[in-house]
Amino acid sequence: MNWQIELRRISKVFDERVVLRDISATVTAPGAWTILGPNGSGKSTLLRIIAGLLTPTEGEVLYLYNGERLTAHQRRQSVGMVAPDIALYRPLTALENLRFFARARGLPVRDSDLLRWLERVQLRSRAHDPVASFSTGMVQRLKLLTALVHRPSVLLLDEPGSNLDEAGMEFIRETVREQAQHGIVIIATNDTRELGYGEPLVRLGA
Amino acid sequence: MNRSSGWVHEAFAVFAKDWLLELRTRVALGAVVLFAVTSVVASGFALAPPSGVPAEVKTALLWVVVFFAAVAGLSRVFVVEEETRTADSLRLAVSPTGVFVGKLLFNAVLMWGLCLVTVPLYLLLLEVPVRSASLFVTVVVLGSTALACATTAVGAIVAKATTRGALFGVLSFPVALPPLLVAIHGTKAAWLSGGAWRVATGDLQVLVGFILVIVPASLLVFEHIWSE
Amino acid sequence: MNTTGKILTGIWIAGVTVAAFLWLPPAQGFRSPEAARIVVFHVPCAVLTFVAFLVNAVYSWLYLRSRHPLTDAKANAAAELGMLFAVLATVTGSLFAMEQWGSAWNWDPRETSIVMLMLVYAAYFVLRGAVEEKSKRARLSAAYALLAFPAMVFLIWILPRIVESLHPTNTLFSRSGLDPSYRITLWSFFAGLLAVFVWMFRLRLRVELAEARLRQQHHHDAVAEVTLAGETR
Ligand SMILES: Nc1ncnc2c1ncn2[C@@H]1O[C@H](COP(=O)(O)OP(=O)(O)OP(=O)(O)O)[C@@H](O)[C@H]1O
Ligand SMILES: [Mg+2]
Repeated sequence: MNWQIELRRISKVFDERVVLRDISATVTAPGAWTILGPNGSGKSTLLRIIAGLLTPTEGEVLYLYNGERLTAHQRRQSVGMVAPDIALYRPLTALENLRFFARARGLPVRDSDLLRWLERVQLRSRAHDPVASFSTGMVQRLKLLTALVHRPSVLLLDEPGSNLDEAGMEFIRETVREQAQHGIVIIATNDTRELGYGEPLVRLGA
Repeated sequence: MNRSSGWVHEAFAVFAKDWLLELRTRVALGAVVLFAVTSVVASGFALAPPSGVPAEVKTALLWVVVFFAAVAGLSRVFVVEEETRTADSLRLAVSPTGVFVGKLLFNAVLMWGLCLVTVPLYLLLLEVPVRSASLFVTVVVLGSTALACATTAVGAIVAKATTRGALFGVLSFPVALPPLLVAIHGTKAAWLSGGAWRVATGDLQVLVGFILVIVPASLLVFEHIWSE
Repeated sequence: MNTTGKILTGIWIAGVTVAAFLWLPPAQGFRSPEAARIVVFHVPCAVLTFVAFLVNAVYSWLYLRSRHPLTDAKANAAAELGMLFAVLATVTGSLFAMEQWGSAWNWDPRETSIVMLMLVYAAYFVLRGAVEEKSKRARLSAAYALLAFPAMVFLIWILPRIVESLHPTNTLFSRSGLDPSYRITLWSFFAGLLAVFVWMFRLRLRVELAEARLRQQHHHDAVAEVTLAGETR
């Protein structure tokens, strides 16, 4: 099992504003990395480019598995992402959200499995409540769960600890540790509690 | 993994999810049905007694009502995803083709539902003598499907624009015009002509042809609309 | 286009215009034979509207493949010129229709087609005005152009089925349809207008490039840089 992500001379420009300039880096599984930098330095932008949500103005992101480039479909199947501006369906319940993301990815899941998953983040009792009725921290836990439901090889986390209590942070620590053993996890953060999760991959200026 | 079966189950997952959301929030359904019923009733009032109104006017009016009701609702499937910031979740999990086909199915079913409510009410209030019911039903089904096919990708464009306003109506009209005109023409045949099927065969072929052209064209450009 | 080209185009168009009045015989069989001369101006404008629409679709397609800002500028320039010629075709057509049939508007299929093209162009410009980010604007408007194109082809094809035409069919290219003197004048005028089209098209691109250069002078602008890099192509 040999996973590799290659960032090749990535630049991103929003109209006149240059956000990322000529960034190159390589990550090889297994391991954990962090993207660091002050507010507005482009951490989220870079993570979105790695996830394939944003096309860089110049450069490219390569996903390699045993040296082979992945197709767009394979890439979707192997990436999970959590970010503040990527939301769940608030009118749907926790279980319905999980079920949708699992089914959309073609996973044959049973509700009993999903309920057991919810147990891991202490949301079992709220499985049938709409996400709109959740607290911010509960939503964040559910987001983590939906990003993990297809057991991605690459996990991208943008400020994963925001609004989480100690138990939530512990879940993240555990997830990152586990992920770093068999796959890749990249965390964008400037939260001092999260700095130690991995080694710095990119340090962005202001 | 098999790619063709890939987008099929993706499309059905998206379709099922959208209906679940719709039944819980009733955003599109409410807008569409309310608009249609209001305008049919208003037309009934305004044109009373309907017996004096030429059938040509009635056919055109029916499709104008259907089109504008569609404009009120068909862009919702994409706009909602952008407004609630769930579009990225969808982009992470589902292929562009899966998304487009799922949304197209949703819009088509919405249109059929709309016609199911509007058309009988319209026939009743405006006293339309339908000569060939079978042809009429065929024209309505094909026409409403073609309208959904014409406007779904436009809805995706509108969802990405900074200022949406009346954009959907403005952008949809030119693309939806061919099926609209043909549907009006075919409806006239179904209401008035003796050998209606013979008269309208060309119309039905054009509607099917339009669907067969606009759907692949939409699929071709959709990825460029959907992905940032 | 260099100065000689511009002068030659000017002389050419002036010459054809004079010929249309002095050399071209009045068209017998029309209610107003003298007024029928307008056909040699009207038809080229109408044809150019369709040409511009095609050019716009082609550049839109190329844009989606290359994502080059200059290609988007070309698509936009074609649409702007298309709108201009659509207006000219409609005005000249209406003037003639007033003389010939007594009303400026008759819902003739070709009249309607041109107006629908104007609607598409209008929608295209409204869309461009509704998107702020430049690359997004380019992407969305190109996608829209490529949706509108097959729809318009369909419309032009089905309209004659649905409404009756006042226009003669197939006179432009067939030998029998049009008096030779008319055909020569008409296509000569078309050649002149085509040169004007090309000239205005390039002028529009130069404006675009000048804007990009200005932007680049004020701050480092990568989009402007890419635009300018395409200048040499
Ligand atoms: N869609 C967009 N359009 C225009 N500018 C954008 C867009 N997205 C991000 N930016 C700009 O890019 C820069 C980097 O934003 P980004 O969100 O990546 O920063 P960040 O490092 O994640 O900041 P934070 O620590 O606050 O999360 C900012 O200046 C922002 O204004
Ligand atoms: Mg950020």
